[in-house]
Amino acid sequence: MAHAATHDHHDHHGAPKGFFQRWVMSTNHKDIGTLYLIFSLTMFFIGGAFAMVIRAELFKPGMQLVQPYFFNEMTTMHALVMIFGAIMPSFVGLANWMIPLMVGAPDMALPRMNNLSFWIMPFAFILLLSTLFMPGGGPAGGWTMYPPLSLQGESIAYTIFAVHLMGISSIMGAINIIATILNMRAPGMDLLKMPVFVWSWLITAFLLIAVMPVLAGAVTMLLTDKYFHTNFFNAAGGGDPVLFQHIFWFFGHPEVYIMILPAFGIISEIIPTFARKPIFGYRAMVFAIASIAFLSFIVWAHHMFAVGLPMGAEIFFMYATMLIAVPTGVKVFNWVSTMWGGSMTFETPMLFSIAFVILFTIGGFSGLMLALAPADFQYHDTYFVVAHFHYVLVTGAAFSIMAAAYYWIPKWSGNMYSETWGKIHFWSSVISVNVLFFPQHFLGLAGMPRRIPDYNVAFANFNMISSIGGFWFGASQLIFLGVVIHCVFFSKKKAADRSWEGAKGLEWTVPSPAPFHTFDVPPVIHDDELAHGNTEH
Amino acid sequence: MTSGGIGRSVSAWAAGAFALFGGTAWANPEPNQLNMTKGAAEWSPYAMHMVALWVCVVIGVVVFGAMFVAMFRFRKSRGAVAEKWTHSTKLEVVWTVVPVIILIFLAHLATGGLTSFADTTNADMTIKVTGYQWKWRYDYVDYKGKGVDQVGFMSKLEETSDRTRQLKSNLDPDKIQVDGYHTYLLDVDKPLVVPVGTKIRFIIVGGDVIHSWWVPALGWKMDAIPGIANAAWTKIKEPGVYRGQCAELCGQDHGFMPIVVKAVPKAEFEQWLATQEDEAKVRKAAQTAQNAPAPAPQG
Repeated sequence: MAHAATHDHHDHHGAPKGFFQRWVMSTNHKDIGTLYLIFSLTMFFIGGAFAMVIRAELFKPGMQLVQPYFFNEMTTMHALVMIFGAIMPSFVGLANWMIPLMVGAPDMALPRMNNLSFWIMPFAFILLLSTLFMPGGGPAGGWTMYPPLSLQGESIAYTIFAVHLMGISSIMGAINIIATILNMRAPGMDLLKMPVFVWSWLITAFLLIAVMPVLAGAVTMLLTDKYFHTNFFNAAGGGDPVLFQHIFWFFGHPEVYIMILPAFGIISEIIPTFARKPIFGYRAMVFAIASIAFLSFIVWAHHMFAVGLPMGAEIFFMYATMLIAVPTGVKVFNWVSTMWGGSMTFETPMLFSIAFVILFTIGGFSGLMLALAPADFQYHDTYFVVAHFHYVLVTGAAFSIMAAAYYWIPKWSGNMYSETWGKIHFWSSVISVNVLFFPQHFLGLAGMPRRIPDYNVAFANFNMISSIGGFWFGASQLIFLGVVIHCVFFSKKKAADRSWEGAKGLEWTVPSPAPFHTFDVPPVIHDDELAHGNTEH
Repeated sequence: MTSGGIGRSVSAWAAGAFALFGGTAWANPEPNQLNMTKGAAEWSPYAMHMVALWVCVVIGVVVFGAMFVAMFRFRKSRGAVAEKWTHSTKLEVVWTVVPVIILIFLAHLATGGLTSFADTTNADMTIKVTGYQWKWRYDYVDYKGKGVDQVGFMSKLEETSDRTRQLKSNLDPDKIQVDGYHTYLLDVDKPLVVPVGTKIRFIIVGGDVIHSWWVPALGWKMDAIPGIANAAWTKIKEPGVYRGQCAELCGQDHGFMPIVVKAVPKAEFEQWLATQEDEAKVRKAAQTAQNAPAPAPQG
């Protein structure tokens, strides 16, 4: 009976008709990519709503809106949702959509696992978000879940199981990406001709496989400490609270790069397109990503300079951290050199990419300052740190994702987005995000700790400015939503197959919108068509 | 700033900018303060911070400058034609080596700072700091080589701030002032009193969860962790009142456990310490007389 049905005629024509069949049962990399992107955009708005609560409470001194405990729930949930719900899944969504198209593969290597790794995510987040409606409230010990504080929370078990599910999803996604890249490239797509975006994801996927189990181990120990009377982190029972921090940040620092390496890849595709000039130093770019990934494993304790490490450890982690500035600098210099001597136009993806390079670099500067341990005794756990990681994660990671969305949405939808509204979104975002985060540097230097719901009146002015920037930035993202909906459903302007004049790479050789199945037969590759086909170095 | 709003903020910029470049040292947070305090102690990361800041500013000007020149000169709308080169070994060596040299310079400075900070030996006095949810406890261990007898007390947010910070209290945080300084959430019922010009070793521990003891004017923070005795030191140069806060998330009232260090001349401190010791003795005697079970000594 099974043999009669082995060849399904519909398999190679179009998408299944039924909604449930198409979206819930999907094994198609494009549909799953879309699901990931929609999911992450939803989470971006939910996490953003939490941020609005935070900025509203911090609008002026005094407690006006929420209880301090709820404020802590908001900071914790904002981080968890943005990191695990918005940034990471959106990069996975982009990988799903683009990697097969970029390497000339018909689909991801493991399509059913692809479905599973997506559909775990909504359940993980239902579990996590449901804690907000429970009697004990949501997790309020910070996304870092440091014991003993996190063990005081009643919802820690929900949080831990949610983290386990996210971890399983990430590991499966990473396995899939590695298998696809290493096994399913079209003939002629040599590793050193792959788009930088594909390279960045290959390296990121290895980071994910290496560190997600570490996080799972750390939170499992929390779970047994809380419910099964183990004493991993309980000083009174012979354990050590600092052990958790070491394990957590051994995961946590590579995690930070998991959220930025694919961004490097995206920017390395977009800038050459709009500069109409091949990327400068392709191999250096790839090696820089690889060395940043390697270094990410030996710098974790720079998050812990104030826990009282021995001096030798502080010196080691300080030097190792400072080293990261070298490959990161190479990347920034190479992007600038790609622009130099080009023939540039400034469509929305390029605007977001340029803003990325500048503002991510500002985040890198504050990162270098934070690496200096003696100065970090002052900066640590202040708004200076908050400003730093929002520059690298919002104007870094999130801006790169928006750049990617504008860059590839013609390929996804077959329509061009409204350039006018895209630019309005860009300018509104880039101004407001600086109003939001730049003053936080001042607040931190002046002495405002992070994660506090109320503050001395000396911090009032910059907090008010920051909050205004926050509301403005939040509102600006509704424009993005509008542009996306308009582009997909209402835009009359059809996209060409090669949607951008300077765009190179296999993804632009298939029709727009990309048909349900592409590269059923491996493409014949001409190096001139590739973005990085003729790199000598 | 419940009344002035943005207008006042903008007009205060001039003062802030002047302070940044004029180098006025603030010990405690001031409105519109832009930069780190120089601090009031012998050890301060301020110089290190400023060097790093200026290094970043200079690199930023060069890199962003090059970007803006590129964006202006190499526009398609100005008729720019894309060049084909993708590589320059000479340039790549330069921008790998130059950052390394800058980093070595910064690392050298920072290593010096770390070494001097790590040296807690030869202290003239020792104070044990314990973090609790949500207050601090200070115990005077020794002074000038002699043990201090039972001087220790809790230090928590003072009452007016505590009332004002309740949700929808409708009390004005601006009104809470001590000697003209706005002390909302930065004042305690009983400050830590220390002598100036004395090397003080702090032993910092956590009583329940992890806290972090931070007074910006002293230039550092140190986590207070259950089961671990961390050490740090300071030598305060000028008498004054130095304010700080808990810097590690420690639960719902994390934002409401300030630290106040009152640095006084040595003679005044010795007098204060003697009074405290006497009081402790009296307390102890009274307890023995009543034959009551001895509770933990509290201030």
